[in-house]
Amino acid sequence: MANARDQVLGGIRRALRRAALDSASAVPLEQRLAQPPRGPVPARTHGLDRRRLVDLFEKYAVEVNATVMRVAGLDDVPEAVATFLASQNLPAEIAMAPDPLLDRMPWARRPLLKIRKGRSDGRDAVGLSAAFTGVAETATLMLASGPGNPSTLNFLPDTHIVVLPASRVVGPLEDAWARLRAAHPGAPLSGAAMPRTVNLITGPSRTGDIEQKILMGAHGPRRLHIVIVEDEQD
Amino acid sequence: MTMQPTSRAFKANAHDALADAKLQRALGFFQFGQAGLAERRRQAVDRLPEFDVLRDRAKAIKDHTLAHLDWYLERFERNCTEAGGHVHWCRNAEEARQVVLDICRKLNARTATKGKSMIGEEIAINDYLAANGVEPIETDLGEYIVQIRHEMPSHIIAPAIHLTQHQVEASFRKTHTQLDPARQLEEPRQLLDEARGILRQKFLDADVGITGANFLIAETGTSVIVTNEGNGDLTQLLPKAHIVLASLEKVVPTLEDASTILRVLARSATGQDMSVYTTFSTGPRRAGDLDGPGEYHVILLDNGRSALLGTEFQDILRCIRCGACMNNCPVYASVGGHAYGWVYPGPMGSVLTPALIGVENAGHLPNASTFCGRCESVCPMKIPLPKMMRHFREQEYERKLSPRTVRAGLAVWAFLARHPVLYHFLAGKAAALLGRLGRRNGSFYGLPLAGGWTATREMPAPQGRTFQAMWRGRQAGKVR
Repeated sequence: MANARDQVLGGIRRALRRAALDSASAVPLEQRLAQPPRGPVPARTHGLDRRRLVDLFEKYAVEVNATVMRVAGLDDVPEAVATFLASQNLPAEIAMAPDPLLDRMPWARRPLLKIRKGRSDGRDAVGLSAAFTGVAETATLMLASGPGNPSTLNFLPDTHIVVLPASRVVGPLEDAWARLRAAHPGAPLSGAAMPRTVNLITGPSRTGDIEQKILMGAHGPRRLHIVIVEDEQD
Repeated sequence: MTMQPTSRAFKANAHDALADAKLQRALGFFQFGQAGLAERRRQAVDRLPEFDVLRDRAKAIKDHTLAHLDWYLERFERNCTEAGGHVHWCRNAEEARQVVLDICRKLNARTATKGKSMIGEEIAINDYLAANGVEPIETDLGEYIVQIRHEMPSHIIAPAIHLTQHQVEASFRKTHTQLDPARQLEEPRQLLDEARGILRQKFLDADVGITGANFLIAETGTSVIVTNEGNGDLTQLLPKAHIVLASLEKVVPTLEDASTILRVLARSATGQDMSVYTTFSTGPRRAGDLDGPGEYHVILLDNGRSALLGTEFQDILRCIRCGACMNNCPVYASVGGHAYGWVYPGPMGSVLTPALIGVENAGHLPNASTFCGRCESVCPMKIPLPKMMRHFREQEYERKLSPRTVRAGLAVWAFLARHPVLYHFLAGKAAALLGRLGRRNGSFYGLPLAGGWTATREMPAPQGRTFQAMWRGRQAGKVR
C-alpha cells in the first residue's frame, strides 16, 4: 500500500508546512534516540541502598495484592516453592521456565515436586519464572521473553511464582531499561535487539468491569507470588 | 454495535439517558461509589509529588513527537520491519478493515480474539469481520459483556460502566445456554469466573489476535498495551498472528518517553501507580522462542488525524485515552457514554468526534458542556478541552449550523452588547418589571421564552434594580 503510505506522510508534512526532514535537521532527533533523555523520576527511590529498595519493592508488592517471600539463597528456592504450594492447597506440580538461573537451583531435593519445563499449554495450575528485573518504584516485575522465558507462563496458569534475585531490584523504571539495553548491546535498542515480549507485571490480574468492584484473576493469574532471593549476585 | 454516528441526536439521547433508571443506577456507582474512578485518581495523584512535573514532561514529549510525526513514524516502521514485523499504512477505516481481513484470510482464520481497542471501534472491525466469515471475540470482560448485548462500549476504559450486575447476569443467562440454567450467578465473582472459563477456550482456539496500542515506540519498533486483566496478552501470545490497530499519534520516541507517560496514564485512569500488565511487543516470535505469534502486523491508521496537525485542534492528538476527563465530567456522569452517539464519549469525545466526523455531524457535543473546566484540570496531557469546544461552537456559528432561534438570540444579544446605553436601559426595565411581578413568590415557575429553564427549576426573581444601578447608588452614598 505504497500509495497510502506516501499520502499519509505527505498529509502530515503538508499539515506541518514543511518537506521531509533532511539529514542535517534530523541530527537532533537521531541523538535523542541514541541517548534517550530521562524524564523526571519520582524521588521515592532516590538514594536508597539495595536493602531498602528491596523493602520498598516488597511494601508496594503487598499493596497491589501480590504475596512476597524472602529466602537467603538460590538453594532455598525449591523448598520455598514447595511450602507455598502446600500452604495454598495447590498440587505439587509446576510448569517451569527453562531459565539458567532456575536451573541452578537444587530441585532434586524436593523429589515430590513434579516439574515440567517449557511453555504453558493452558493446563498448568502453577507457572514458575525468573524476573529480568524488579522495579521498586511500583513493585513491577520485568520479564523478557526468550528461549529461557516463555511468556505463556506469565498468563495461563492460575498461580504465577516469580523468582527475583535482590541484586536485580532497581529503583525507577528507567534503570530497568538501562539493564535491558546493557544485556543487548548497541543503542538504540532497535528492532531485532528487543526481546519479542517484555512484560511489566504489577500484581495479579484483576478487573473492575462489573459495577467497579475489583476482583482478582480476570484472565491472567489469580495469584502472584514473588520469591526474593537475598544474597544472589548476578 | 454501529458505526453510524447518532451524535446529531445528542439531545434526545441525553433525555432518554436521564430517564433510564437502570443506567442512572449504574452511573451512581461510577459517580459516587467509594471506589469511584475520579476519587481513586485523586488519591493516586496525591501520593506522587512529582505528578505535575511529569504532566509537563509528558505534554512536551507528545508535542515534540507531533512536530516530527513523519520522521518518527518512518523510524518506527524501519525498526518494526527489522524485527520481522509488517507495517500497514491506512488512510481511512475502509483500508484498515481490508488489511485486517486480508491477513485473516491468508491464515484461513475462523476466529479472531480481540483485546480492547478504541481504533477497533472506530473502524467497526467486528461487524466487518463477522460479515466476512471471521468470528470476532472480545475478551476484555467489559467489552465481552457489551458484545454479547450488541451494544457499544460507553466508556473508553470501562466499556460496561453503564450496566448493573443484574443486567450482566441476565445477558450471561441468555447467551451461555450451554450451562446449567439453575447455576448461581448472583455474585460478581461468579459472573467473572463464568466469562473466564468460556473465554479461556476461545483464547486457545483463536487463529488471529487483534489488540490496540497505547504507544508505539519509534526507537525499537515496539507496540505497547496497558491492561489489568491479562486478556490482551493472551490475545496476542497464543494465535498465529498478532495484529495491532494503532492510530498515527500513538508513536513516542523512546522507552524512556513511554515510561514518563506511563507514570501519568494509570494514575489518571484507574488510580493505580501502574496497571497490572504493561506489555512491549516487538515483531513475531524469535528463533528459539517457545511461544509468541508467528506474524506481527501493525496498522497505522490516519482517518483524519493528519489533517488536525497545525490546526487549533492539534492538541487533542496528545490524548492518551486515560478517561480522566469523562470520569470527572458532570455531563458524562449524568447521561453516560452512549448519548454521545459515536465511539468517543465525554469531553475528549466532544472534541475528537467533531474533529474526525465533522462538526455538522456532532455539533451538539461541544455544546454539551458547562465549561466547568474539570476535564482540563485533570487531563494528564494538559489538553485545553473547553477551549477546543469553544472553537467548535464558533465554527458551528460561522458555518450557520446552529439553530435559527439560537442565532437570532445571539444576534439580538450582540447588538445590545455593542450599544451599552440601550442595554442598560432595557436591563433596568426588565429587572424592574420582573422584580415587581415576582415580589410575592420570590421566584418564577414559568416565564415566556424561558420554558427550558423553568421546566426543571424555578427562576429567582430579581430585586428590582440591576447590579450596576445598585453599585452606582452605593458609590454615590459613599461620596456623600
